[in-house]
Amino acid sequence: MSLAADKPSGLDAFLAGFRAAWRSVLSYVLIGTYVGIAALAHDFGFSLWWTLLSTVLVWAGPAQVILVSALGSGATAVETALAVSVSSARLLPMVLSLLPLVRGARTRPRELLLPAHLTAVSMWIEALRLLPGIPRHARLPFANGLGLSFMVAAQVGGVLGYYLATSLPPLLKAGLLFLTPMSFLISTTRNCRLLMDWLAFGFGIFLGPLLAAWQLGLDTIWTGIVGGSLAYGIHRLREALR
Amino acid sequence: VSGELYAYLLLVLVGFLPNEIWRMLGLVAVRGVDEESELFLWARAVATAVLAGVIAKILLLPPGALAQVPPIIRLAAVGCGLVAFLLVRRSVLAGVVAGELALTLGALVHRA
Repeated sequence: MSLAADKPSGLDAFLAGFRAAWRSVLSYVLIGTYVGIAALAHDFGFSLWWTLLSTVLVWAGPAQVILVSALGSGATAVETALAVSVSSARLLPMVLSLLPLVRGARTRPRELLLPAHLTAVSMWIEALRLLPGIPRHARLPFANGLGLSFMVAAQVGGVLGYYLATSLPPLLKAGLLFLTPMSFLISTTRNCRLLMDWLAFGFGIFLGPLLAAWQLGLDTIWTGIVGGSLAYGIHRLREALR
Repeated sequence: VSGELYAYLLLVLVGFLPNEIWRMLGLVAVRGVDEESELFLWARAVATAVLAGVIAKILLLPPGALAQVPPIIRLAAVGCGLVAFLLVRRSVLAGVVAGELALTLGALVHRA
């Protein structure tokens, strides 16, 4: 089956998206990452069903780590909600820069609810890379298939991690935690096309730890706004001088 | 049982809602934003910078067991991963495997 065919059905496009996820390293990275997250949830005394449901509802690794460790160590509900929300602010620019690619001329707003909910780092990275090669009318089901497939991978990891929690050696836990920065770093550099992307990436690498060390609060949000706007501004300036 | 119910209530109120609000704000803001628009481009730059910042932060101020591995080994492992990615036909898999191997070997040597 090829998506370049005249009119692939929605189901074909959905299945193509579902399969595309398993050709991405990020599926296997998600399994490993959620082994780590579920082991953490187990250690803090959450049930397996609670852990799996948190992946369906929250669907953002760092936010889930914060949720589990904050609630598990006795933080108040308000403190936890704030910490979760601050860590997830990146989802706004991700949704903004993904959905225009997903949407077709006749897509209804409520049809965008599912791809918006499925938007997370893995899905964002692979959808930005793959969607330009998919015909416009097939993109919505393709993106849904891709995102749901990534979620299945995460749940496989979640079940494994929950039951393996007590037997994971520390070195393996360190390796699992290293999967996220290593794979995201490589996948993001692979996606950099414009000079603007490289600049945004460079500014982010530099500003992220710097602002975190300063302890301003909201450091990831400032990293994005300052680093991203600088990169965008330089891009505009270069266009104007051309 | 009420404790179990309370945990699910917390999941929705403290986990789901404060997280999902950003996606819903994005969904509202995306009306009228198309691929040609400047806002679309700016949002991509912001998202890329946030992601890069988060990656750097995890590497320099890592969570849990990763903090037991010295920073120099973490950074060297990232370097190995990037070099493998560039050398082996820009394969993400090769990069991730090389990075993980370097981290594990480094940690083992350091401990010995």
